[in-house]
Amino acid sequence: MIPRAGLDFDEIAVEEVSRHFGRRKALSRVSFTARAGSLLGLLGPNGAGKSTLLAILGTLLRPTSGLVRYGARTEADAALRARIGMLGHDLYLYPELTARENLAFFAALYGDRQPAASADRALAQAALADRAHDPVSSFSRGMRQRVALERALIHAPRLLLLDEPFTGLDEASVGALVRRLRDLRGQGAIVVLATHDLDVAEGLFDQVVFIRDGRMVDTMAGSEALRAAYRSVMARARA
Amino acid sequence: MSAFFRVAWIVLRKDLTVEVRSREVVYTTLFFAVSCVLVFSFALVKEGRAMEDAAAGILWIAIAFAGTLALGRTFERERQAETLRALLLAPADRPAIYVGKLAGIVALLLAAEAILVPLIALLFQASALFSRPFWLGAILLAGTVGYCAVGTLFAAMLIRARSRDVLLPVLLYPITIPVIIAGVRGTAVLLEPQPDVAMVRFWVALLVAFDTVFVTLALWTFEPLMTE
Repeated sequence: MIPRAGLDFDEIAVEEVSRHFGRRKALSRVSFTARAGSLLGLLGPNGAGKSTLLAILGTLLRPTSGLVRYGARTEADAALRARIGMLGHDLYLYPELTARENLAFFAALYGDRQPAASADRALAQAALADRAHDPVSSFSRGMRQRVALERALIHAPRLLLLDEPFTGLDEASVGALVRRLRDLRGQGAIVVLATHDLDVAEGLFDQVVFIRDGRMVDTMAGSEALRAAYRSVMARARA
Repeated sequence: MSAFFRVAWIVLRKDLTVEVRSREVVYTTLFFAVSCVLVFSFALVKEGRAMEDAAAGILWIAIAFAGTLALGRTFERERQAETLRALLLAPADRPAIYVGKLAGIVALLLAAEAILVPLIALLFQASALFSRPFWLGAILLAGTVGYCAVGTLFAAMLIRARSRDVLLPVLLYPITIPVIIAGVRGTAVLLEPQPDVAMVRFWVALLVAFDTVFVTLALWTFEPLMTE
């Protein structure tokens, strides 16, 4: 297991980050900071650049210009990747493998010496222990989402990146996920969540970053009265 | 076991488990390779006699075509649920992930070759292939590793390309021509009534040299190529 001591960061700072795909500007000079023990929401319409920004934060994409600081670190090496967990819009699970095999595989990949035990704990956390030996392809979208969240958390990351995690979840599962995110915040994780589901986002975040057409158009502390703020910000951005 | 080989083993074991469950790559690869051999046998075997050295050429054509199919399907799996991203997110050495994927594809192709070689020996009256089983195994292993070393790198690189199915063979065949030539020539020597072992050794050594160059280059370039 990669030792965590000395590797954890107290904040991430996104500094003037831009990303171009050929001539298309997916992100343009985005800057913000998120501190440990906080939930940050990335809000914006489809195609705003939220997923690109999450991929950059997850070290999967290099910014064309600008910098992301993870505490004092800027180099996207294995030690940094060990502290990042990511749940994409696609769930990053192998449908042919069982839930337990998927979780044990990723635990082993993160250097866990007892991957099967970690997988069992994660399945219990997801309330899917009774389906541990079923292939993920036989699960509903909501169940797969729960397994995928445990996959992203199997190595207890400091930074958790979530892209539209409420898609396909029923009300009870949304509630469970929100409680889990608040627990993670309480444990000192930095959670960055991209969504356009304003109903769920209302009151969830400590900080919100509004993005449109690759540009950061506004930020706000807290997420009360989010729907009104979102409408107002996006209307100003369109104008 | 070092962390590098531990990760490679974890990825290999996962790929083989997935394949055992789905049998998708083995079945499609085998079906394609066997069809290819049968079609050539209809064209090149006349009155029970095969053209000289045809068996060697057909064997490596079947390996190359089936290999392209296996490479494409193996990485298509990683693309469908974006699991390659999850692999790249892990704090493991990325070259170790490459080695795990390479070993999985080599294992699948060797399994296909275990059926192809007897079939070709039967259809092309090439039982001489088995006169030097060690050298036949060495040529097949070294050739398959060389072909898959380049193919695994290109298939991973092209995973997000829209026309990846077309681009993979276009890029792969020209670069692996030395491997195919050495494989064909080495196999052809084995088909002679009195195989010249020194010549077989030369072709195997050449293949091992190709393998060394290709695997080294792939290990060196995999990490930068995978970070978009």
